[in-house]
Amino acid sequence: MNPEYRVTASRPREKRQAYVEKEDVVIEGIDISGTWNRMYEPREIFDYDTTQMDRLTALEGAESMGWCYQCAQCVPACPVDNAGGDYGPRKVFRRLQLGMDLFDHSDLWLCTTCMNCLRVCPKEVDMIKIMPAARAAAVLDGKVPGELQEMFQKVAEYGNPMGESARKRVRWTKGLDVDIRILPKEKEASPVEVLWFVGDFYAYHQRGIDAAQAMARVFSRLGVDFGILGVDERCDGDSQRLAGEPGLFEELAQHNIEQFAKYDFQKIVVSGPHAYNAIKNEYPALGGTYDVEHYTQFLAARLDEVTAKLKGTFEKKVTFHDPCYLGRHNGEYEAPRQVLAAVPGVEMIEMYRCRQQGYCCGGGGGGMWLDGTAADRQVERLSENRVKEAVEVGAEVLAVCCPYEVSRFEDAVKSTNNEGRLEVLDIIEILDQCMESA
Amino acid sequence: MKIAVLLKRVPDLVEDLVVDASGKALDADEVKLTLNEFDDHALEEALLLKESVGASVAAIALEGEDVDKMLFTALAKGADQAIKVTGVAPVERNLQLARVFAKVVEEGGYDLLLTGVQATDDRDGQVGAMVAALLERPFVSVVTSVLPEGEGVKILKEYAGGVMAEFEVSLPSVLGIQAARQAPRYAPVSKVRQVQQDSTLETVDCGAAEGMPGMSVVVMTPPERGEGAQMLDSVEEVIEVLASKGVI
Repeated sequence: MNPEYRVTASRPREKRQAYVEKEDVVIEGIDISGTWNRMYEPREIFDYDTTQMDRLTALEGAESMGWCYQCAQCVPACPVDNAGGDYGPRKVFRRLQLGMDLFDHSDLWLCTTCMNCLRVCPKEVDMIKIMPAARAAAVLDGKVPGELQEMFQKVAEYGNPMGESARKRVRWTKGLDVDIRILPKEKEASPVEVLWFVGDFYAYHQRGIDAAQAMARVFSRLGVDFGILGVDERCDGDSQRLAGEPGLFEELAQHNIEQFAKYDFQKIVVSGPHAYNAIKNEYPALGGTYDVEHYTQFLAARLDEVTAKLKGTFEKKVTFHDPCYLGRHNGEYEAPRQVLAAVPGVEMIEMYRCRQQGYCCGGGGGGMWLDGTAADRQVERLSENRVKEAVEVGAEVLAVCCPYEVSRFEDAVKSTNNEGRLEVLDIIEILDQCMESA
Repeated sequence: MKIAVLLKRVPDLVEDLVVDASGKALDADEVKLTLNEFDDHALEEALLLKESVGASVAAIALEGEDVDKMLFTALAKGADQAIKVTGVAPVERNLQLARVFAKVVEEGGYDLLLTGVQATDDRDGQVGAMVAALLERPFVSVVTSVLPEGEGVKILKEYAGGVMAEFEVSLPSVLGIQAARQAPRYAPVSKVRQVQQDSTLETVDCGAAEGMPGMSVVVMTPPERGEGAQMLDSVEEVIEVLASKGVI
C-alpha cells in the first residue's frame, strides 16, 4: 500500500494548522480568554482536498461515506482489520481525505459486507451500500480484479460461479435413494408445498453436494412435499450484486423469478443465507415476493417432527458460526441453534464473537472470489482467524449453515494445522447422520 | 486505422461433446455455443490498439444462434461497429467463408484484419490466411502483440519452444492472434443491455456461398476412455507394484 495513505502516520508538524491562543477574548460580553479558545480557529480538517471524497459520495448509495466523524468504533469491529488487513471504514474515509482514489485501490475489494461496522456506527455510514455502488462504478470502468472478473464471466455465461455446465446442475441427485421432484421435468407440475432453491455450491461443489444430498434425505424422512427447479435454477446473484455487478444480479433474479412463476408452491426454502437475503430483500423490487425461509428456520418451525426422527446421537462439542447474511443482515440467530440443540448428545459451546457480534468467514460481498486480492493485504484469511477461535473455545465440530463456509473453513483448518482437531459440518449433515444411524 | 475482427461461435467444451446418429458430426441439440476463445483475444488486442492510437474497431460475425448478443457484447467492450453477415449459410468449407469475409473486409475498407489463430471447432486456422491470400495482403499468424509502428504495425510472433520474433508489417494486412497482451475484458451486463437499447447491428447480405469441392468427414468419434489410474499412498505400495510387474 502507498505509505501516503497510512492512517497511523501523523502529519508532519510544519503541515499542521497552527492554532491561535489569544490572550484576551470576549464574545458577546463573556470573557473566554484561555488556551482552549483555539476551537474558534480553522482546524486541520479544512486543509484537505475533497475531490476523492466527492467522487465517491456523488454515487447513489455511497453518500453516507461523508458522514464519518472518525470515531473509530468500526475498526475493531471490522473482520478484515482483525485479520491484519489495516482496513476499516474509518480508514477508508481517512485515506480518501489524503487523496486515495478508491476506484483504483485495493481497499475497494476488501470489504465482505458483513455489516458489523454498521452495527456499531453512530453515524450510520453504510458500507453495505457504499461498497457495491463504488465497485459497480469501478467494474463499469473496467477496473476489476482478474479473479473476480473470471467469476462474473462464468456466472454470466453458465449461471453459476464455477463455470460448470448449466445442464449438470442436477448431477448431485444421481445415485440418491430419494425421489426428488424436478419440476421442469414434469409435464404439468402439480402444486408442491416447498420449492427448494438448492443453490450453486450445493449443486456443484463436492462438499456442497454432501449437504444437498443430506437435505434431500432429511426432507424425505420428514415427509416434506418438495420440488426443485433443476437445470432452470440459476445463481441467486446476491454476491454478484455486492461485488459490483448489479446488471448481472438483475438478469439472474429476473430469470429465477420467471421460473418461480411457473409453479404452484407455498414457500421457498433456501440452502444458503445469500439466496435468502436476495429472495427476501432484493427480489421483491424486481416483482418477485415470496414466503422464503432458510432451511434452519423451516426445520426449527417443525422441531417436534425433526426430534422424533433423530434416533442417533452426536456426542461432540459443537460451536456454531453465525452466517452474516442470516444473522446480522436478517436477524436470525436462534433457528440454527434450536436445531443443533435438538440433536441428542450435542454439547453447545459459543465462540467469543457470536450472534450480533459474529465474525465473518470472509466469503461475503464477493470475498469468495477475491482470495488473492485479500491475501496481498491481510496477515491471515478471515476463515483462519475464525477456525482458531473455534479451536480455542474447545470445539470439536464447527457447525455452519451457509454453503460458502464448509469449503472455506475446511481449507482454514488445514492451513492452520488443525486437521484432526476440528471438523467442519453443515448442520444438515449432522441431522442426516443422526437420522441415518437410527 | 480501421480494424476488423472476425468472431465465430464454437461448441462450448463445458458441455460433453456428443456425436450425432450419423457419426459424422456433433449432435447440434447437445451443443452449447460460445465465442471462440482466440477470437476473444483478437478483439481484445484490437481494442488495446484502438486505445493506444485511436483506431476504429468493427466486430464481424456470421448470423446464427446468439450472435446478436455476442456482437452487442463486443460493442459494450468498446468496438465501434458490429456487422452481422447474413444469407451465407450453409457454409461447408473455410474457403467459402474466407471469400465472404474478404468481400466484407475489402468493401469496408479495413486496414487491419484480426482473427483468432484458429477456431476450436475445426482447428484449421485457415480463414485469416485465405482472406489475406484472396486480398493479396501480408499475413502473420500466432501473434501475441500488435503495436502501432509508423504507417504499419509492429508485432510479436511466437515460434515453437517459446522463441519470439518481432515483425514490422505494412498495412493493409491480416493477423492471426494467439493471445492478446492482457486477458480479454469483461463487459458488465448493464453495459451490454444499454448498448442493446442504444445501438443497432449493421447487416451485410452476402448471398449464398458458392459450393466447393473438397473433403468431408467420414467418421467422428469421441475420445476413448482409458482404464484409469490407481492412486498409491505409500512407497511400499509403489515397490510392491513395481515388483509385481517384474520391473525390480
